Amino acid sequence: MFDFLEGYDLLGAFWVTVQLTVYSALGSLIWGTLLAGMKVSPVPLMRGFATVYVNVVRNIPLTVIIVFSSLGLYQTLSVALGGDDTETVNFRLAVLALVAYTAAFVCEALRSGINTVPLGQAEAARALGLSFTQVLRLIILPQAFRAVVNPLSNVLIALTKNTTVASAIGVAEASYLMKGMIENEAQLILISLVFAFGFVVLTLPTGLILGWVSKKVAVKR
Amino acid sequence: MQLRKVTATSAAVLALALTATACGSDKEDGGSGDGKKITIGIKIDQPGIGLKTPDGKYVGFDVDVATYVAKELGYKAEDIVFKETKSQDRETAIDRGDVKFIAASYSINDERLQKVDFAGPYLLAHQDILVRADDDSIKSPEDLNSKKLCSVTGSTSAQNVKKKLAPKADLQEYGGYSECLTGLENKVIDALTTDDSILAGYASQKNFQGKFKLAGFKMTNENYGIGLKKGDADLKKKINDALTKMVSDGSWDKAVKDNFGPANYKNEPAPKIGDVVK
Repeated sequence: MFDFLEGYDLLGAFWVTVQLTVYSALGSLIWGTLLAGMKVSPVPLMRGFATVYVNVVRNIPLTVIIVFSSLGLYQTLSVALGGDDTETVNFRLAVLALVAYTAAFVCEALRSGINTVPLGQAEAARALGLSFTQVLRLIILPQAFRAVVNPLSNVLIALTKNTTVASAIGVAEASYLMKGMIENEAQLILISLVFAFGFVVLTLPTGLILGWVSKKVAVKR
Repeated sequence: MQLRKVTATSAAVLALALTATACGSDKEDGGSGDGKKITIGIKIDQPGIGLKTPDGKYVGFDVDVATYVAKELGYKAEDIVFKETKSQDRETAIDRGDVKFIAASYSINDERLQKVDFAGPYLLAHQDILVRADDDSIKSPEDLNSKKLCSVTGSTSAQNVKKKLAPKADLQEYGGYSECLTGLENKVIDALTTDDSILAGYASQKNFQGKFKLAGFKMTNENYGIGLKKGDADLKKKINDALTKMVSDGSWDKAVKDNFGPANYKNEPAPKIGDVVK
């Protein structure tokens, strides 16, 4: 039944998927938070930049962004991100593209969280003499994050599945191995099911754990 | 109330869209050839092998072979319906009866023989590399170990390079050959590898003529066969007869010349039916 799995490094491939997910999640959380900060900042230029960035990036298909990072950045502009061999370069390019793309969604999720914080909080903080960055860092964002654990976990699950697009530039993650296996084994349905199951194993606990966390930390208003 | 109207309309639109996609399958029965249609699986993205031109025509060596075979089976040219069968869908398309047979650079191998039957082979291709026309640094497959090589994600050629031919080569894989060709032109990539028939097809394209050349390494044997439903001995015999006739009346040679001519491709002589070169 499952003899077609022999000789393939299934765990290794999913390990690359996990690595892609973790690095991209951290990167997009940082960049997305910065973008959200820009979106609510008092500086019109920053607000404009964040708005344009989110609207543009959110509306480009991820495949286009990832292929562009390889063909455009690496091949045409020789941006190698400090990697020497193709494998490392492609992995880093894929993370860069995933961060750029996912950050837009993180930013929007966070902004909805910021909207849940009553205006009085910010006004009170300003009245105490805190600066804008202090208000954001000490008062607004901690409350906003607690409100958006669920939306962010949706973004994380989507990101996990989006990593499969990285195979378009030759990053050896799960779907890349799947393509090779289908080519060799002529067992389309079984192989697809095995990989679908692999992704469920990755994303289901993520959803459950973060769902529980979101209940624990939610701000009771 | 305004909101409810909008919701109702969008729900209706959504429902319509769903039903529209649900009944989007029109199956032709590939039966006998009296005015009936026959559906044949081909590739539509491999120049020289099977390519859909911008005006909706299909051209390439596989297309010529498929057309010839269909004619021998008693179908007119206008009764042939070409359908794209991507590499990973080929066995399924035959199993489900979506296509009568498949001519899509379909190499005969043991795993596939368990699922489908093959008529032919009708062409013997080899894995080869394509390099820039002015690049003479690669003289044998071993030279690839220090080079940047490109192929398509998951393809047999890419796996061969990694496992056997040049394990140390810096392999870049893309979703399609076009990206590799961009890199080859930009000198980011030194060589593109896949079956020589496909490479010859690319090198013969108008916008690439004279830019690239085939190295002529015969790294593997790829026996292109015509895939059909397992156990359909009658159809297999008919297709084999058609292929034999195609070789003997000179159409086979003409098809090779038409499709691979400009690339200076040294093709193998037409293989004998049932003669699979390992």
